[in-house]
Amino acid sequence: MAAATEPVPERSGVGALWFRAGPVLAVLAIVLVLWYALAVWLNAPQVIERTLSAQPGWGASDLVRLTLSMDRPVLPAPHQIALDLFDSIFGWPVDSPRNLLYHAAVTSSATLLGFVMGTLLGAVLAVAVVHSRTLDRSLFPWIIASQTVPVLAIAPIIIVILGSMGMTGVFPKAIISMYLCFFPVAVALVKGLRSPGVMEMELLHTYAASRRDTFWKLRVPASLPFLFPSLRVGIAAGLVGAIVGELPTGAQAGLGARLLTGSYYGNTVQIWSALVMSALLGLALTGAVALAERLLTPGGRR
Amino acid sequence: MPANPLSIPLIPTVEVQGVSVVYPAREHTVTALDNVSLAIQDGEFVSLIGPSGCGKTTLLRVIADLEQITSGVVRVNDMSTQQARLARAYGYVFQAPALFPWRTVLANVCLPLEIHGLDKAKARATALEHLERVGLQGFEGKYPWQLSGGMQQRVSIARALGFEPKLLMMDEPFGALDEITRDRLNEQLLRLWERERRTVIFVTHSIPEAVFLSSRIVVMSPRPGRIVDVIESGLPADRTLDIRDTPEFAEIAHRVRMSLQDGHGGGH
Repeated sequence: MAAATEPVPERSGVGALWFRAGPVLAVLAIVLVLWYALAVWLNAPQVIERTLSAQPGWGASDLVRLTLSMDRPVLPAPHQIALDLFDSIFGWPVDSPRNLLYHAAVTSSATLLGFVMGTLLGAVLAVAVVHSRTLDRSLFPWIIASQTVPVLAIAPIIIVILGSMGMTGVFPKAIISMYLCFFPVAVALVKGLRSPGVMEMELLHTYAASRRDTFWKLRVPASLPFLFPSLRVGIAAGLVGAIVGELPTGAQAGLGARLLTGSYYGNTVQIWSALVMSALLGLALTGAVALAERLLTPGGRR
Repeated sequence: MPANPLSIPLIPTVEVQGVSVVYPAREHTVTALDNVSLAIQDGEFVSLIGPSGCGKTTLLRVIADLEQITSGVVRVNDMSTQQARLARAYGYVFQAPALFPWRTVLANVCLPLEIHGLDKAKARATALEHLERVGLQGFEGKYPWQLSGGMQQRVSIARALGFEPKLLMMDEPFGALDEITRDRLNEQLLRLWERERRTVIFVTHSIPEAVFLSSRIVVMSPRPGRIVDVIESGLPADRTLDIRDTPEFAEIAHRVRMSLQDGHGGGH
């Protein structure tokens, strides 16, 4: 049973906000400082070779100014990425291929479809494994083995095979996303469905409860605390799967396609803004799962 | 015990005849119960007492169809233990409350009623009534972690009584509680029994608890688990905790202690 926790002193208003956001902002500040330093350091050789070597007597301020404003830097400065992001999101209509929100929407539709399919597949596998000793022994090793195959290797195969069957667009990407999604869900649900103790099981035995009652009234609610963290891992993995799925197709849309075209043309700023966009998308998706967890968990669980 | 003027032999609520439970093991087999016989009549409060390993919990679990017997016969309400379990003939209270943390107190008490197919409104009303009987009115909306250990165990008693079983089995239900809480719950349990006269089988290793609660005390001893003595209590039904200071109480407690020592290999 949950023990009473130490009461945390109430903080209100601005104090509470600082208490929660302070550490995050501190880390962000450190990262930014290091990032700028690294950008200057990494971009310096190119800047010196191409521009500064022609004008003798250049100083440190010239170096910093130029390294942080290159067209195709080795490492773009944070403000360049932010500007590019801002420009792409607010400078173009939402359905334009130049708008990153459009690509984020394409990728997230594949991610969400893959996430739903992966969660269902994981749940079906977990229920099968928990209820059948044979399946436990025959299926589980394959579930583990499936994840040792690098997704980068299997993604083109899936795209090609499904493409030859006439399936293109969102579905093949969702399959790759599902491939990464189902695993954490299956493993966590197997553990969760098996989490009820002997006493809880015997209690239902004394009620002459059916297998179905045992499943819905004990195993499923007991598995929820295991399920939700795995869903958060699953949707993040699914996002990676969808992006990887967009790489080999030469897809016209999606964050993966955006990354690919960026690297074709050596447009590093575009690569980085697509990366930041996918990180933000990942945060938004896991945040949505966390919100669903809050809404679906009875107030009593601590 | 109700009078039996027609002198028709009563069918006991629980009948245990020559029951043995043997666990096979590689080194040497463990005999948890060795040829145990016991009959419990309707409305009795029977305590099973003895040191750890004497098989008192095993005997209770055998009656509840939670343990398989190696030999012998067990009948509950003239049915096999499995039939009795499927007919939901008894309520069982475990050593720990075993409440579901995701359910409120009320929903926990509703659990067996839901499984037995009662409709929601009826289950709710019944559960509220039983929570009141164990003195927990007003706590139905709380979650288990918000309750003390004693309150949690009372919830589990209300849960076991919810579907009105004629037979209540309790396996050291107050073993994990402090003595003050335990005394209070003992008195409440006795009042409950006095009022409703369900048959109760109560496992304990506390002599005062057994003597205070029981109409009959079954003393058991270990290796192999067997019954060494059965003591009729004869204390008045409306007794309170004060009775523990009377000579009658002390005498019964003394008899139980002697039997426990005898069973333990000749008085040490």
